[in-house]
Amino acid sequence: MKMEAFNDRNVADNGYFLVDIEDYPTDGWGKFKRVVKRSFRGELFVGLWVVMREMIRFDIHTVQYPQEKMPIGPRYRAVHEMKRLWESDTERCIGCGLCEKICISDCIRIDTKIDEDSRKEVSEYTINLGRCIFCGYCAEVCPELAITHGGEYENASDQREHFILYEDMLTPIDTMKAGKQLEFEGFGSITPHEDERVKKTPLAY
Amino acid sequence: MDTAYLIETIIKVVVILLIFSALAGIGTYFERKILAFMQRRLGPMYVGPYGLLQVAADGVKLFTKEDIVPTNVVAPIFKIAPVITAATAFMAAAAIPFFPEFTVFGYTVHPIVADVNIGILYILGMMAVGLYGPMLGGMASANKFSLLSAARTAAVFISYEVVSGLAILAPIMMVGSLSLVDFNNYQVGGISHWIVWSQPVAFILFWISAFAETGRTPFHLIANDHEIIDGFGTEYSGMRWGLFFIGEYANMFFISFVIPLIFLGGFGDGSFLGAIGLLAKVAFFFFFFLWTRAAWPDVRPDQLMWLCWKVLMPIAVINVVITGFVMMF
Repeated sequence: MKMEAFNDRNVADNGYFLVDIEDYPTDGWGKFKRVVKRSFRGELFVGLWVVMREMIRFDIHTVQYPQEKMPIGPRYRAVHEMKRLWESDTERCIGCGLCEKICISDCIRIDTKIDEDSRKEVSEYTINLGRCIFCGYCAEVCPELAITHGGEYENASDQREHFILYEDMLTPIDTMKAGKQLEFEGFGSITPHEDERVKKTPLAY
Repeated sequence: MDTAYLIETIIKVVVILLIFSALAGIGTYFERKILAFMQRRLGPMYVGPYGLLQVAADGVKLFTKEDIVPTNVVAPIFKIAPVITAATAFMAAAAIPFFPEFTVFGYTVHPIVADVNIGILYILGMMAVGLYGPMLGGMASANKFSLLSAARTAAVFISYEVVSGLAILAPIMMVGSLSLVDFNNYQVGGISHWIVWSQPVAFILFWISAFAETGRTPFHLIANDHEIIDGFGTEYSGMRWGLFFIGEYANMFFISFVIPLIFLGGFGDGSFLGAIGLLAKVAFFFFFFLWTRAAWPDVRPDQLMWLCWKVLMPIAVINVVITGFVMMF
């Protein structure tokens, strides 16, 4: 597509024309003529043909959801994940508590203690997904890229107070050993293969 | 009246009841599938292969649902209204010859419950009585949408009875009989003998009024979901609502039988091929009901009345007069 078609503002030469709309008939004879014209112009058959064409073409757009799922973009903010360090497979979270502090819906609860090596250790970490508004502030404020958002959006629950625990969010150790931990690509990252789907947006008429 | 005749009639009645009750269910499956395909969807897919058992699932749901009679309704009328719709639909089927007569073990079977000599009059009358189902149901319910639907039912049914009656008058004048079997025998000579060639206007008028009398989409005003919720069916649930549904779909099938029998040669000379041909015609007319539902918008109630009284009825009268003149000279 050439951009000239959008940048050229001289609409008169570009095939634009005023649609010829007839005045509405006021007298009986004019109304009668309009009825006859509309009855025999065959517009109803155009509608019939359009739906029949779609049925024959059989270009079904249904996604059969539980069996099929649409790919989800990396920017999507669903249930949180806790990452591990690539070097040592230990948890990235240092228990700084920034996520709890910044959480605007006050749904993160973090407790820490001094462990036997005199290091700060997370003793309790829960997120109340019933309160969470998935704003993404916790992931953004995290200095260690420990808490991120994942793509798991199927979190129906039988109660409103649906908690997720630290162990549930943490990357399983065998996934980590296999090197399968998915890294968060950062805010503003684009969906894979987005280049092929992108279309130019016209900036001017 | 001998015993064999009685037994045969009872068997025919039971067979028609069973087949068309089942067909009403399967008709909903076809409707959902065809509408879905025309809208690039898949329709029911989960219950059974390609959703085929969806009908059974719906049936179980309808049968086991609680039978609710709401507080402020007129209970006796509210309860009897769905029965009227379903019963009149099946009663109309009594005068329809579904197949040519055939012989089983040396016994000739006429696949028509009662070949009365006023067949078409009886069918039209029964379909007119069917108006009392939605109308009484809507008036007995205690909400304004049902009442609106009842008013529309009365208006639409009574108006289009006029059109269908006048439209069918011209073929009746030509055939000289009211029995659908006679109609079929009149057109037995093949495609060139079909009444549709000599009465194309009557054919189209009757087809249009068939849409109004079954309440299908271009004239789907009596239970228009986006205006008046479900119209007369708003307060119904469970099998009472299901009876309305069975009545509507059975009516669609029966009118799909009547149109080919009157205008398109019916089952022809009575051979096996003719019977298959009748089924194909019925399938087309039933499919057309679904096709228009996917393609066409609904008209307004006042446009419906305008169409009936100012357009279709004068055309039908003129058609009758012209037919009369042609037959006279």
